[in-house]
Amino acid sequence: MSDSTRVAHGTADSLHTGGHEEHPAYLRHHFENVEQQADAAGFAMWLFLLTEVMFFGGMFTAYLIYRNWYYPAFVEASHQLNVVWGTLNTAVLITSSFTMAMGVWCAEVRKQAGLVLCLVLTFILGLAFLGIKTVEYKEKIEKHHVPGFHYSLKSFTNPQSDPEIYKEYHDKPLGVDMARHTEIYFSLYFAMTGMHALHMIIGIAILGFMIFRARAGAYTSGHVTFVENFGLYWHFVDIIWIFLFPLLYLISRHAN
Amino acid sequence: MTDQHEMEESQHHVVSPMIYIIIGGSLLVLTGLTVFASFLELGIFNPIVALAIACVKAVLVVLFFMHVKYSSKLTKLTVFCGLFTFIALIGMTLMDYFSRAWGRW
Repeated sequence: MSDSTRVAHGTADSLHTGGHEEHPAYLRHHFENVEQQADAAGFAMWLFLLTEVMFFGGMFTAYLIYRNWYYPAFVEASHQLNVVWGTLNTAVLITSSFTMAMGVWCAEVRKQAGLVLCLVLTFILGLAFLGIKTVEYKEKIEKHHVPGFHYSLKSFTNPQSDPEIYKEYHDKPLGVDMARHTEIYFSLYFAMTGMHALHMIIGIAILGFMIFRARAGAYTSGHVTFVENFGLYWHFVDIIWIFLFPLLYLISRHAN
Repeated sequence: MTDQHEMEESQHHVVSPMIYIIIGGSLLVLTGLTVFASFLELGIFNPIVALAIACVKAVLVVLFFMHVKYSSKLTKLTVFCGLFTFIALIGMTLMDYFSRAWGRW
């Protein structure tokens, strides 16, 4: 995701007798042409994203194993999540991916105002996602569903004590042994959504930087690599959520 | 300068906004569909349907939002290799966990 920085030309020029042919300022000298430079940057970005796939993959694997072992605990623990918030957040994130894709298009066809607008919208939608996530986290904290911090089994050993959830799902009480494993569900929930949120925070910080650069016209003069590769990152974060949402929120929503 | 610009245009495919609108719309529809499906009683197929819809959404994002459909063979190969390695690793791990104790209870 390297941004265009000027390369000192002095020594390079003296090596190439005949000087260098006219080329855009953002083309670095170790590349043959703009096309090759963009390909190399895109390839590197994809390699980075694959390491991210492996990183999240470990957590998804842990999730699948524990879900298979302690399914009843996972069902009742996931009933604690609010489907409306989750669906809304999915829609917000998909819309932000759409505005980001439109931003890349604006950069490619050199529409500066459009690019700034798209980046600002993506920025706002990203913040909206984190805002909704905060509301959800707050509810978990209030109900003592944060693993390791005065974790409470009450909602699972005695579902009737949690009338809001009970009236919808009529969960049967779990034995203490199984109820304890809801803590594993919430550990995974916080680890996975927390890592996802961290990626969002990093993305939003970079977006803020990009909005300033875009206003100065940095991305609408033909050099779109930075915007394009940031787009790849943002869409990747979207894909992680596309899998997190059904796995964490929609385990077993039909009334038993 | 115009020559060079045309050359860039011919090699670098610019995806039209119409495609982004269609893909964004289908992603939202699929999100609705997966929520709807989760409230149906499908037994073992509930998680399968949920994951299948998630995979379709991910493929749409990768192919169109991330431009892989219009990218070089190198990019396509990189993405494919990554997914293959990921599926192999996750598949072997799960097979081990789920089959190790077979026949012992």
